[in-house]
Amino acid sequence: MMLLSIDLGLVIEKLVLIVVVISASLVIAMYTTFAERKVAAILQDRRGPNRAGPFGLLQPLADGLKLFFKEEIIPNLSSKFLFILGPALAMMTAMMTSAVIPWGDKIELFGRSISLQIADINIGVLYVFGVVSLGVYGIMIGSWASNNKFSLLGGLRAASQIISYELAMGISMIALLMVTGTLSLKEMVLQQQAGNWNVIYQPLGFLIFLICAFAECNRTPFDLPEAENELIGGYHTEYSSMKLGFFLFAEYINMFISSVIMATLFFGGYDMPFVNETLLSPNMAALIGIVALMGKVICFIFLFMWVRWTIPRFRYDQLMHLGWRILIPLALFNMLLTGGVILYFHK
Amino acid sequence: MNFTTLVFIILSLLTVVSAVMMIASKSPVHSVLWLIVVFFTISGHYIMLNAQFLAIVNIIVYAGAIMVLFLFVVMLMNLNADSEPIKNYRIQLIGIISGGVLLLILLSSVMSIDKSQLVEMKVGDEGLIKSLGMNLFKNYLLPFEISSVLFLSAMIGAVVIGKKEDEAENKKVN
Amino acid sequence: MQALTDKSKQVSRKPMNFMERMYLPAIFKGMVITFSHIFKKKPTINYPEKKRPFSPVFRGLQILNRDEEGRENCTACGLCAVACPAEAITMEAAERQPGEENLYREEKYAAKYEINMLRCIFCGLCEEACPKDAIYLSETFTPADYQRKQFIYSKNDLLIPHPKENPTAYQQALGNRPKRESVI
Repeated sequence: MMLLSIDLGLVIEKLVLIVVVISASLVIAMYTTFAERKVAAILQDRRGPNRAGPFGLLQPLADGLKLFFKEEIIPNLSSKFLFILGPALAMMTAMMTSAVIPWGDKIELFGRSISLQIADINIGVLYVFGVVSLGVYGIMIGSWASNNKFSLLGGLRAASQIISYELAMGISMIALLMVTGTLSLKEMVLQQQAGNWNVIYQPLGFLIFLICAFAECNRTPFDLPEAENELIGGYHTEYSSMKLGFFLFAEYINMFISSVIMATLFFGGYDMPFVNETLLSPNMAALIGIVALMGKVICFIFLFMWVRWTIPRFRYDQLMHLGWRILIPLALFNMLLTGGVILYFHK
Repeated sequence: MNFTTLVFIILSLLTVVSAVMMIASKSPVHSVLWLIVVFFTISGHYIMLNAQFLAIVNIIVYAGAIMVLFLFVVMLMNLNADSEPIKNYRIQLIGIISGGVLLLILLSSVMSIDKSQLVEMKVGDEGLIKSLGMNLFKNYLLPFEISSVLFLSAMIGAVVIGKKEDEAENKKVN
Repeated sequence: MQALTDKSKQVSRKPMNFMERMYLPAIFKGMVITFSHIFKKKPTINYPEKKRPFSPVFRGLQILNRDEEGRENCTACGLCAVACPAEAITMEAAERQPGEENLYREEKYAAKYEINMLRCIFCGLCEEACPKDAIYLSETFTPADYQRKQFIYSKNDLLIPHPKENPTAYQQALGNRPKRESVI
């Protein structure tokens, strides 16, 4: 068998890495829910959750426990399999993206040099896009299986919104790819070492990408699929217990992952500015890299929340107008400009 | 039997079964979902042929965009047994004949395959982004550009159709 | 229509210029406003740990008063029940027996005194009506309960702690209300 011919150490190493990455992103998503409530409270001159544990730090555990103990309700007239498949898919697609992200440089452990990336595939960016475009299935299937008008409307909104903004996102990405000349996320990070970040070359592209990331994560001001004052709960109206928890959790994981992607693509990934990593021992450099990446991610997550509590939701036609008639032409213009500049400097 | 063959057999079985399920399932939404599974398994085949780029583009374009639109339309129309078109005897007969002809063509083409030229797994770089780009933009530039004109005309057509309805509605309101 | 005040402002419907149509400056302005709220003082008081001081005129749960020697002030004259607009107070009078002088200040006392807290509107008219300074409204509010009958407070619930036997509780129940000179 070919499976046995693979280096066993590599398999164990990757398995451990997968477990660590998945549990870390789960824990981070958990504390993102806590941070969301805290940030919301602080921006609104309130205190936020402060009862469970010191500073309310155990609040996400309490929330999760509550969701676990809630009653499971499956609507009578819905397809039970699809109803369960919906949140499962949403959660899975949210977790899958983390496979290609370079979390840090190599570390030396037990005499092995371990890369802190689950899979360095040569089409990393496209993989991210593929998984993101699949993210809508969980919402659509769940909403359809709910057999509820409001759910269905939420699901349809999610589908059309994500398709519309994926285009602008893809085109803004093409401009970035012209600059970097590679699809591998690892190589992109290596190109951006020492403060040579892509955002300097692609400010407009980054802005478009940021707006589209908000839309892809269904975050305010683009949270129309779950607009609670028009559609009750949108696609998760009929969900209860941990299945609802999965939907809500997937949103926070998406937010975390898209923050990581933005940090990796535009802000140098695990590159810590003003620190020369070559002078440090590899383990120390990797640690600093992870800290730098997490710092950037925290900034982005705060931005997500900050915007959520500042900008009201778009109307549906405004959303479509912004996506198709502003962002896509702008992204095309950005692509043209980038191509022109690259051509000019290469000749 | 080595590992690659095993994976190939499992993938192929999945592909065929889900393709059959797509035709056989009663609910149109289930059909669309089975079709998505088919796209995934085909992407798996692409990966086995060392064509990761094609695999991921297949997922992005077909599973990620086109099938979402399909699902969108099917969910909106809410098809059920009442809205199914009446199938008369003649249409069924024509369907059987045309399907049978297609089956014959497929069978004959499969039979005529030269068995000595088997597909090699995990080698070759035809499906990788570099060689694909070279092929598209060097060897087949003209067909590529012509097809892009075709897409452009399709897009303009869609816009024109959309605009017409818009104007008619505006007239009604006024 | 004639405007009643000059506060109304005409909505400006002039088309937006390019900067306004970009929205981004307005969004940044809004985000600066929300960000500035991080540094604002939070008005919330952590309730069970920290209690907001009541104003001196706060009208809470009624308390039946005693004098300095621990004798009940109430003579069951019924003026509070008459004054009560919600008819929440009922009482039964009884005559003081010899030997009970240390319990009741005057010859007549309230054998039964009940206030229905579900009816009471905490207007404080009973306090106003009382000629003996026997009832006053304290600085606590009625605690929640599961049963309606728990809200009919009997004399035992209402009486202030004995000033000799439990002086600290007495002082606490007395609160910091301005002392009214008793009218005897």
